[in-house]
Amino acid sequence: MSVAVETGARSPERHAGARRPSTSLAILLLIAVLAVTAIVALTLGAAGIPLSRLPAALGLSGESTAMTARDQLVLWSIRVPRIAAAAMIGGLLAAAGAIMQGLFRNPLADPALVGVSSGGALAAASAIVFTDSRFGETLRFLQAELLPLAAFAGSLATTAILYGISSRSGRTSIAIFLLAGVAITAIANAGIGLLVFVADDRQLRDITFWMLGSMSGVTWTKAALLAPVLVIGLGACTFIARGLDLLVLGEADAFHGGVDVERLKRISIVMVSAMTGVAVSISGVIGFVGIVVPHLLRLVIGPAHRLLLPASVLLGAILMVGADTLARTIVAPAEMPIGILTAAVGAPVFLFILLRQRGLASL
Amino acid sequence: MSAVIEARSLSKRAGRATLLDGVGLTVAAGEMVAVIGPNGAGKSTLLRLLSGDLRPSAGEVRLKQRDIGSFTPRELAARRAMLSQHISVSFPFTVEEVVLMGAGGRSARDAGPLVDAALEEVGLAHFRERQLPTLSGGEQQRAHFARVLVQLACGEAEHGPGLLLLDEPTSSLDLRHQIDLVEAARRRAGSGTAVIAILHDLNLAIRFADRLIVLAGGKLAADGSRADIVTREIIRDIFEIEAVVHRDDDGVPYVLPQSMQAAAPPR
Repeated sequence: MSVAVETGARSPERHAGARRPSTSLAILLLIAVLAVTAIVALTLGAAGIPLSRLPAALGLSGESTAMTARDQLVLWSIRVPRIAAAAMIGGLLAAAGAIMQGLFRNPLADPALVGVSSGGALAAASAIVFTDSRFGETLRFLQAELLPLAAFAGSLATTAILYGISSRSGRTSIAIFLLAGVAITAIANAGIGLLVFVADDRQLRDITFWMLGSMSGVTWTKAALLAPVLVIGLGACTFIARGLDLLVLGEADAFHGGVDVERLKRISIVMVSAMTGVAVSISGVIGFVGIVVPHLLRLVIGPAHRLLLPASVLLGAILMVGADTLARTIVAPAEMPIGILTAAVGAPVFLFILLRQRGLASL
Repeated sequence: MSAVIEARSLSKRAGRATLLDGVGLTVAAGEMVAVIGPNGAGKSTLLRLLSGDLRPSAGEVRLKQRDIGSFTPRELAARRAMLSQHISVSFPFTVEEVVLMGAGGRSARDAGPLVDAALEEVGLAHFRERQLPTLSGGEQQRAHFARVLVQLACGEAEHGPGLLLLDEPTSSLDLRHQIDLVEAARRRAGSGTAVIAILHDLNLAIRFADRLIVLAGGKLAADGSRADIVTREIIRDIFEIEAVVHRDDDGVPYVLPQSMQAAAPPR
């Protein structure tokens, strides 16, 4: 009871969110950690570039030796675009997860759960098998470009179908959206299974690697595709944050509080599919970032979306850059598919969340 | 006093079922009205129609002389606030954060005094930093009431007296907090708000409401002062129980159901 008395007597200046770390502090801290992670990631890899050579390699100091030239090549044509892409993909996946969880009012919702990534994966697998077949041979030289396009189109098409099924006369049923998503995932997986069945060994390897996720094919062009989606997504996040907060009260009460719930759902669904779609199209399927990152953040900075969404982008970026660095160093010169790493870390955390919730429920 | 909300021959059908059938009512600024009636009488449906959350199958609702369907959700929220039954919050928002949600996007600093006052009024100031899902059902209900009070205050500051809708606001509250809550609603009516509350406790409704509206089977069964409504006959017809109506020293009626049997005397 003493605690209650004490907090009750607090000065009136302590208003909402006082218990949480301040917004700007949390964001600054995450940016700092991301910067450190990125610098460490720049130095590590099959061709190591020690910290001492980093300024020269980045062109920040005038020295120029043969070594510098090699370092510059490694950095600018491989490592920098890759780290930038990893950061953006991690950010997109984590923010998409956070939005999805807000939309479903469930901390365990994930874009992968409703088939958005499976739809993308089916389209990507189709592209791999098709461009390798007799009919698609003419398009073979385009495979690198076709693959992300197909994956993106697949994700968007899946969302459109889901949305069509779950909406009636302007109202979207979130429960039907989720159930239809489970069914669509099953259909997409059956399609992928069929493709795996008809694929030859090389195609099989391509499909498998794509399904496991990897940043290895990242180029500047692909990294540049991610940037506008991330920028627009971040902008839209500030727009939907309050609506998502109120949505935790339920759709009717969010409406009573002044939220245009149908519009909020439409915007959120489009955002989730675009963000997931573009990320998956470049890196392949990478699971669990979208669940683990927002959940960890909610424990520390609270569930308010105005801070949760941008913080998810930053922590997602940090984790993905870290995971990708690990992926390309632990078995160097070979590469571990990044999806294996995120799942190996993410799945136990997911289980922990489930057990913890069961623990709470039984209280 | 002018009408804040007006419903004309309001009907709502869902599939073949008629939830509400030709209900009409007017509530003026400063008036507190209790809606009573048995389960399934259409009370919650009526409230959701009056809040603009549901669209009527027939009839119309006018809020401040304007068709309720013509308001955007944001405009509506600035003119009426509603407390629903059973709200469950799945994320660890604190009590204070939930109450601040009523402030329509105002910053914590701007809405701070309103949030403080509302928390004080519902007796949760000491729980402001607790996570809402860790509170008891009644405490959560009071926190949501505080949120709704903040919303009402923000709206009334800009648009004058508004509408406060309460759907069984006392359902999980202990006796003291039931009275506190109804008194808080009563104070809002005193300063011009039109209040409509669904109440199951007849005696609470009789004591605090200016007027009683009785729904039965989706129809308006009675609308009038407690003197007109609180009779043995109407209670028998509507609730299908025998009751005695007594009057207290001030002449305010109270209802004592007759079928209530005293517990067996101690041995």
